[in-house]
Amino acid sequence: MELMDLYLQLFVSFIKIGLFGFGGGYAMLPLIQREVVDIHGWISVSDFTDIVAISQTTPGPIAFNSATYIGYTAVTEAGFSTGYGILGSAVCTLAVSIPSLILMTLVCTFFFRLNNNPWLQASLSVLKPAIIGLIASAALMLMNGHNFVDYKSWIIFGAVMIASIKKVDPILLIVLSGVAGLVLY
Amino acid sequence: MNLAKQYWELFLVFFKIGAFTFGGGYAMIPLIRNEVVNKKKWLGDNEFMDMLALAQSVPGPISLNTAIFVGNKRLGFKGSLFTGAGVILPSFVVILLIAILFTQFKDNPVIERIFKGIRPAVVALIAAPLLGLGKSAGVKLNNIWIPIAVALSVWLLKVSPVYIILISIILGILYFLFIKLKSKK
Repeated sequence: MELMDLYLQLFVSFIKIGLFGFGGGYAMLPLIQREVVDIHGWISVSDFTDIVAISQTTPGPIAFNSATYIGYTAVTEAGFSTGYGILGSAVCTLAVSIPSLILMTLVCTFFFRLNNNPWLQASLSVLKPAIIGLIASAALMLMNGHNFVDYKSWIIFGAVMIASIKKVDPILLIVLSGVAGLVLY
Repeated sequence: MNLAKQYWELFLVFFKIGAFTFGGGYAMIPLIRNEVVNKKKWLGDNEFMDMLALAQSVPGPISLNTAIFVGNKRLGFKGSLFTGAGVILPSFVVILLIAILFTQFKDNPVIERIFKGIRPAVVALIAAPLLGLGKSAGVKLNNIWIPIAVALSVWLLKVSPVYIILISIILGILYFLFIKLKSKK
């Protein structure tokens, strides 16, 4: 594919992700997965899960992290050099930030007292529970044969689930399950 | 303090926030509060809470939204460019380095074993906070059908999250209008 076309597609996808990324974090995962795995096939579903893991252990929100990572990977996997890959990262990261910049600037300029606005409250009344559903769908979509290869995967899943509910630090849990993978496989 | 120094200060404070907010989202709120309210006194306590509510109502990562808000409040649109760049840059650099390295080591068998352990853990980390998040989003017995319907339609029917968000906003507003009309009668 032509490099400029690829940049343009990445830019449009990540503008979309930024614009519809309500609820932040995990709520954005189904949208990101749909764009970059299902529609464009820039990365595989396992790679996508790996990005989420990397994102958990590095600073910054998942939306930036996946933009930076996918921008680089999509361009280099298409056969272009590292330099173009870095530019791809920049394109995606910029794109995912633009909707926030425009909307927050509008909020700061015009709707400073938006908080008690009944219209905003009304539009959030269904959106907030819907976002919980989006997060649940992110978990369900990743519960597939690529990420769960055998019964050991389910044991790790169960153990981390319990530990996480007991408020064990997620970074520690990722490190431990990495060690478990090394020992078990 | 001269103007250039003030821009630099905005950039630095949010660079620090961007560098130390692992996992993104809600974990970073205490850190932002400490910097912006306690140390720099750029916002009062109430203003901070208002800003937080706004940052969560607008799409995009909460850290970027708060950065843009504070930058805009201090030094207008240009200020928000400095805070935005500050909060994005640390994760951009870290993830770019990881992407460059990871694409080279991805097929390494040791790395693959580690990630085999990590992938199910990531899914557990996404699923575990759902109950707590549901409570704070106001999910109760009478509206629990919303997250369930959303999760199933995104997971099984492959409905785009974009439509879910648009429909949720429209339904919320229609419901508000319906209640308003009913109370007028």
